[in-house]
Amino acid sequence: MDKTWNNKAWFLVLPVLVLVAFSAVIPLMTVVNYSVQDTFGNNQFFWAGTEWFEELLASDRFWQAMGRNLIFSFIILAIEVPLGIFIALNMPKKGWGVPVCLVLMALPLLIPWNVVGTIWQVFGRNDIGLLGYTVNALGIDYNYVKDPFDAWVTVIVMDVWHWTSLVVLLCYAGLVSIPDAFYQAAKIDGASRWSVFRYIQLPKMQRVLLIAVLLRFMDSFMIYTEPFVVTGGGPGNSTTFLSIDLVKMALGQFDLGPAAAMSLVYFLIILLLSWVFYTVMTNYDAER
Amino acid sequence: MARIDVNHIRHSYLADPRKDSDFALKEVHHTFEDGGAYALLGPSGCGKTTLLNIISGLLRPSHGQLLFNGKDVTNLSTQERNIAQVFQFPVIYDTMTVYDNLAFPLRNRGVPEADVDRKVRETLEMTDLASWAGRKARGLTADQKQKISLGRGLVRSDVNAILFDEPLTVIDPHMKWVLRSQLKQLHRRFGYTMVYVTHDQTEALTFAERVVVMYDGEIVQIGTPAELFERPRHTFVGYFIGSPGMNVMPVKVEGKVARLGSQSIQLPGALKSAEGSIELGVRPEYVRIGSKGMPVSITKVEDVGRHKVIRAKLEGRDIAAIIGEDDEIPADAKVSFEPAGINIYADSWRVEMGA
Repeated sequence: MDKTWNNKAWFLVLPVLVLVAFSAVIPLMTVVNYSVQDTFGNNQFFWAGTEWFEELLASDRFWQAMGRNLIFSFIILAIEVPLGIFIALNMPKKGWGVPVCLVLMALPLLIPWNVVGTIWQVFGRNDIGLLGYTVNALGIDYNYVKDPFDAWVTVIVMDVWHWTSLVVLLCYAGLVSIPDAFYQAAKIDGASRWSVFRYIQLPKMQRVLLIAVLLRFMDSFMIYTEPFVVTGGGPGNSTTFLSIDLVKMALGQFDLGPAAAMSLVYFLIILLLSWVFYTVMTNYDAER
Repeated sequence: MARIDVNHIRHSYLADPRKDSDFALKEVHHTFEDGGAYALLGPSGCGKTTLLNIISGLLRPSHGQLLFNGKDVTNLSTQERNIAQVFQFPVIYDTMTVYDNLAFPLRNRGVPEADVDRKVRETLEMTDLASWAGRKARGLTADQKQKISLGRGLVRSDVNAILFDEPLTVIDPHMKWVLRSQLKQLHRRFGYTMVYVTHDQTEALTFAERVVVMYDGEIVQIGTPAELFERPRHTFVGYFIGSPGMNVMPVKVEGKVARLGSQSIQLPGALKSAEGSIELGVRPEYVRIGSKGMPVSITKVEDVGRHKVIRAKLEGRDIAAIIGEDDEIPADAKVSFEPAGINIYADSWRVEMGA
């Protein structure tokens, strides 16, 4: 009696299961399916086993794209997190400045990603772009289409412009949750500005910072739209990140097998790194 | 330790205060004696925290002067005034150990590490935290955290005063009592000047030697707990202190007799002056229920354990009386007031009665 009764409960979770199946599990399984087979037109499939994976892991192209991706993520985290904290600390805590700052901060986040790319693509051009033209007029040779270094600078500055706000807003939320008594007590204890930051503000921001780092890492590791619009992965392959490489392979060359294998590896890397980040940071949190 | 003179201090949170009602603190003029234990008692919004923050230097008063041992400190920063303050919610540096929390104010002042160690160990002993010294402060209970806040004040032996801003709000009832008696002990042993803000009369009356009752930005009475109880200077003190508060009823006074509706009450003496609206105040403890006196209709009997609280109507007004746990209430109950417990108020302020 009880058992029949309990089993009916499954119907309650069924809609969710179906939704997850269609949105995640089935597409992922298709990718798995592609990754172990070779396909030709006319729906012909041939078993390939681990061939695509072996090929991928042995290819320089993959490891180079991965390297570029890791360097990119590292640089933007190294810039956006301290910069975000710095801006959040200097934002007003009350008065008319608060809404003004919040809106200004939220603006870059509201712009569609390809528009961000287009803005910077035009902004950085040295014939008509305000930035590119000015910089060149100042005597600095800047051309993101030809020079890999300039292309990197452009992509990084663009990402910092686009996403630092996210870190700022998260940190700001952490900061405003600190009761006034903490600052008053710090004054009474004679704490310096640095001590206030180190022992009051930073510990209170820690949780939101963890989220900020995770989000920014995952997003930057999967970055596609903005560099694709600005540099298209060039010059040469200098700004070809994993996702750009993947699209080139899957759509440009229509190599579905290798592309599927790469997708899976890519997915697993992000999953693994995010897990490592999360575990390290939450353990650190628990220890203290 | 220091004597603290609050010299005609007024404070407004507005930039341009004009009316009296713009002031959160209307005018406070009072001396906190060196080594005294004071409680600032009053309802929320009466200005007691404002006064405390002015003493600690977190607020600069709009008018008036603050003196520590006769020296003007009105323009000195919190740190220069060298006071300690314990806040309503425990403030601890939760990434530090208990030991480091206590050492923090000393290290900030550049005290040599050997002295820091000695002082911190002393303070750990004083506050019963010695066995927790190496623990991270974050995992402790609220009362332990509050002790750390206090310890950060005690560790600086030269503090001018220790200020408490409703420090027991988040503490469990049974720990409140323990902490309060520890505070009293510390006060007795070391003679700190302590000012304790609270809206809880039990806390104020058990902690302090002198209680400063504040109401609407002003001090209405300063006195020992007994004085506040027996001779409330203002009807507010009567209402606010005591449970239930004082019975206050409008009367007409003729000589040594007060008339309440059709009843007349014999006063212990004649009024020296009787202008304004006159009220008679009598605490429930001085209201006798028996078979003699003014007829009342009893509406409710509340048994609170140690005694009973009688709610009744006298001439259409609510009146409360306290009787013993085992006392009988006669069927045709009447009330009388003990002359010693009768106070007369003119426009809410107490007036003296002659013989």
